[in-house]
Amino acid sequence: MFLINCPHCGERDQSEFNCGGEAHIVRPKNPLNLTDDQWADYLFMRKNIKGIQFERWNHSNGCRRWFNVVRNTATDEILKIYNIGEKAPQIEGNNPKTPSGEPIIGSGNYSTSFEKKQ
Amino acid sequence: MTAKRLKDYGKVNQDKILSFTWENKKYFGYKGDSLAASLLANNINIIGRSFKYHRPRGIMSAGVEESGALVTIGKNEYTDPNVRATSQELYEGLIASGQNAFPNVNFDLGYINNYLSRFFAAGFYYKTFMGLPPFEWGKGTKIWMIYEKLIRKAAGMGKASKMPDPDKYEHANEFCDVLIIGSGPSGIAAAVEAANNNLDVILVEQDHVIGGNLLSNSNFDFEEKKYFLQKAGIKVMTRTTAFGLYDNCVAGMIERVNDHFFLPKNNTPRQRFWTIRSKHIILSTGSLERHIAFNNNDIPGVMTVNAARHYLNRYGVLAGEKIIICTNNDSVFETSILLSKAGAKVKVFDIREKIDENTIKKLNTNNVEIEFNKAPLNIQGNKKVESIDIGIKVGNKYKKVNEEECDLVLISGGWSPVIHLLSHRGIKPKWDKENLCFLPSQSSEPITVAGSAAGIWNNDDCEASGIASGLKAANEIGIKTSDYFFPKQGGWKNPIFPLFEIKSNRSRSKSFIDFQHDVTSDDIRLAHREGFVSVEHLKRYTTLGMANDQGKMGNIIGLSIMADLLQKEISEVGTTVFRPPYTPISIGALAGRNVNKHFRPLRVTPLHDWNLENGAKMIETGLYQRPWYYPKNNEKLADAYIREASSVRKTVGLCDVTSLGKISIQGPDSTIFLNKVYSNAFAKLPINKARYGIMLRDDGLVMDDGTSWRLSENEYFMTTSTAHAAKVMLWLEELLQTRWQNLKVHVTSVSEEWAAVSIAGPKSRDTLSLCVEDPNLISNDNLPFMGLTQTKLNNGIPCRIARISFSGELAFEIYTPSDFAYNMMNILWESAKKFDGCLYGLEALGALRIEKGHVTGAELDGRVTIEDVELGKMASDKKSYIGSAMQKRGVLADKDRETLVGIFPRNKSQTFDAGTIICKKNEIKGYGIGRITSVTYSPGLGHWIGLGFIKGGYTEWKNTIVVGADPVRNKEIDLEIVSPHMFDPKGERLHG
Ligand SMILES: [Zn+2]
Repeated sequence: MFLINCPHCGERDQSEFNCGGEAHIVRPKNPLNLTDDQWADYLFMRKNIKGIQFERWNHSNGCRRWFNVVRNTATDEILKIYNIGEKAPQIEGNNPKTPSGEPIIGSGNYSTSFEKKQ
Repeated sequence: MTAKRLKDYGKVNQDKILSFTWENKKYFGYKGDSLAASLLANNINIIGRSFKYHRPRGIMSAGVEESGALVTIGKNEYTDPNVRATSQELYEGLIASGQNAFPNVNFDLGYINNYLSRFFAAGFYYKTFMGLPPFEWGKGTKIWMIYEKLIRKAAGMGKASKMPDPDKYEHANEFCDVLIIGSGPSGIAAAVEAANNNLDVILVEQDHVIGGNLLSNSNFDFEEKKYFLQKAGIKVMTRTTAFGLYDNCVAGMIERVNDHFFLPKNNTPRQRFWTIRSKHIILSTGSLERHIAFNNNDIPGVMTVNAARHYLNRYGVLAGEKIIICTNNDSVFETSILLSKAGAKVKVFDIREKIDENTIKKLNTNNVEIEFNKAPLNIQGNKKVESIDIGIKVGNKYKKVNEEECDLVLISGGWSPVIHLLSHRGIKPKWDKENLCFLPSQSSEPITVAGSAAGIWNNDDCEASGIASGLKAANEIGIKTSDYFFPKQGGWKNPIFPLFEIKSNRSRSKSFIDFQHDVTSDDIRLAHREGFVSVEHLKRYTTLGMANDQGKMGNIIGLSIMADLLQKEISEVGTTVFRPPYTPISIGALAGRNVNKHFRPLRVTPLHDWNLENGAKMIETGLYQRPWYYPKNNEKLADAYIREASSVRKTVGLCDVTSLGKISIQGPDSTIFLNKVYSNAFAKLPINKARYGIMLRDDGLVMDDGTSWRLSENEYFMTTSTAHAAKVMLWLEELLQTRWQNLKVHVTSVSEEWAAVSIAGPKSRDTLSLCVEDPNLISNDNLPFMGLTQTKLNNGIPCRIARISFSGELAFEIYTPSDFAYNMMNILWESAKKFDGCLYGLEALGALRIEKGHVTGAELDGRVTIEDVELGKMASDKKSYIGSAMQKRGVLADKDRETLVGIFPRNKSQTFDAGTIICKKNEIKGYGIGRITSVTYSPGLGHWIGLGFIKGGYTEWKNTIVVGADPVRNKEIDLEIVSPHMFDPKGERLHG
């Protein structure tokens, strides 16, 4: 139910947008040289952070443009919106602010990194 | 209880008489009444029967916290069950009845449960009927499933009509700077202050008039106040409940637009669902008076003290003549004096040892008796209060010391701030020992709590906290204001004394905590004995607070008893989380107008009307309506599609294929783009040629198939399957915007711009020749297989024609701008008729493509690779394309993957179904070795055929009989595995 300030259309309801998952995932240069696990990591493994997350969004029921969003997934607060292709901005205070001020870790859905199989 | 209406009291219009029906009898009330007030004034004591024990229940409050007087409003399809009589506005012609009683609320056969009650303690049903020995010992819940149906029938509240909701609802949005929820003293003060600071303010009130607790004051004029607020520029929304708070200061609200009329007026909706976005929310939601648990505290004639005050000063109803008030706090004294002045005999029993002398003097001069150290012990009376036993504390139990005759018992066990909305934001309240209530904790969002919702008890302080909240909101929004301060909590002269339950020695009597769900204090003790001690377990085990009032009146009593048993503080026991909605809301309001044909959009092709006029039976594919078959002389589906498919093979057929997705691809890098997107080669596709292409996903599985036509050096026209049109478009855009930003390519969806017809069959060229401007352009030489041309029909309509075949016959796809679709189809059909042609629908289209082994969505289900569908040879190994990295990798390259095959029944007269599992003979189990995805009767071959997948494919199974197992339909059939190209395997018919 939050609003997203589309860089092309202005503030619109969330229901007009689609989230395209984690941003800044770089496609490996030589896929054929990668192990199955490495390739699967690129294809499927995404961070699911409780707190500040860098995401791609698409204004699918509007201008249909893609852009990057920095969002606090615990509060749905949007901290920054910037273009695809731009570098990830530095966001101060990586401390998830939650409405009830619960601890950063401990609610069971906090994971910032995926542990890869060796 | 002997209630009476007083002429000089109340804010209802005693000149405006309204009639209503209660339990099939006609009664009268006044405009401005709640249904409860009218029932009370008519001396109707028993309003309903309780959930489990069918005990008589009466009016217990004057607001939304009501847990006794639940009624059903309306009848037939307009039935609205479980309505709180205390918040239902009276209107002319209102029809209401009691609930959970047979034959009626005054004499209810279910009352027998009251005498069997020792069997009905918490968890009774589960303990008794689940795993019922000896039948089910350790075996699960089969018998429970049978008993549950009967048990559900016996318990429960009102009944829904089971008919479609005839009312209309709508959704609306609103924006403001400050949203103020609750129009009591603090809400009004906050609204005025915020508006004075030039803020855009909405004030929301669930009642039909503003004022909140001010309505219980004799001198408050709600109309004057509303006028004043509106003058100040405040939007006042009455009959509107803020039922939930969500992220970013969004409030969900229900406005009851027409629930105070017999039928909605002037095409307005029954209710309106509001989404309100604000910059700051002020919760001035007030507080609710609590009950105390003691024996038979549910007998009609027991209510909260503040309720009696509302009935007197708001509705002009004096609820009793001989009134006993039991309290543990100061809030009752003003009310007791008001009731005494109105003519009642009032006596107060206060559990506290003493209070200040001033108050005692004031009570005495107003003929109110007061006694200390005394608590209510037991109510005498069956269907109404006759007397009350009063006790004093001896040890940790209470002992009866006197009995008072009375017709109304008023209880005040303290006050609970309405913190529900803050709870929706995940904010846990904290227990305040001094005021004996849960107080809201600080929120990090721009939400401020004001008035008694923040635990502030007296009127002046409530107003002061409202003013402070208004100023705080203005400041946080960025308007500089004067300094502000919030008054501190509390405000009573004498401290409240913790009294939640009065224990007596009479074990058989019940003291209720949750009146709606018949939860007694003994149930809490049972839960404790059985180990359900966490509040969340306690709630679910006893159902405390799980009725539609969410335990507004009784929850805290339950928590205090549990705290007592655990020898902990209430603060350590905690409270359960309140979730939206604050009060029940109708499903219809959530659905709004998205019902019936508006439930989802309906897509029709520009040929829709033409199809209907020519007798098409339609079928839904996704959102699209497509022709299914064109019956002749009342043909059934099977006869029609077999005739149509045969006709296509023999002469010619026309099929509306407009629902295919169409994408225009333009720009100097279009060729490079397509070559990356499709798995097969596109780099050298000549102008005026089309090519079949397969797109893979990043994970190497097939995404979609379709054709792309090269219209010019830099322009292509792509078609996709009907089902994946939107997905492919989104995918292409994503690739261009996020992965290949350097490519100079534009993609535009043109699905709606073009109408498309497939013309298939040996006579298709002849048919088309009569329709185009220059028949020479579509000759075999000028338009070979996969060739295309942009030309005109013989009446000048522009068109694109490609020689593409899905049926395996000589065939063309012809596209015209949508506006010309009707006209094009007329010309084509006139011509086709000359060659004894037919119209064919989706079913015949399916039969034709299955005969040829062509795949569609049934096969391309997101689990298959390009190799699996026997198209691996198409995939290029000279280029990199989406999905190419997966082609030689992992399980996708396994040799024993299930691959596409054709399927015949061994006995050609037999039929089989899609979804059948293919198994080895004598090994019919589990997932088998394959599956059948599509079946049809084949007119070309004269028997049933299918497409499916089997491990190892055709070469492995070509000489072996396998079994098609269909456990759902209890069928087994011997099958032959054949090449998927079942009809005309060499493809000679393509050339006509
Ligand atoms: Zn946009």
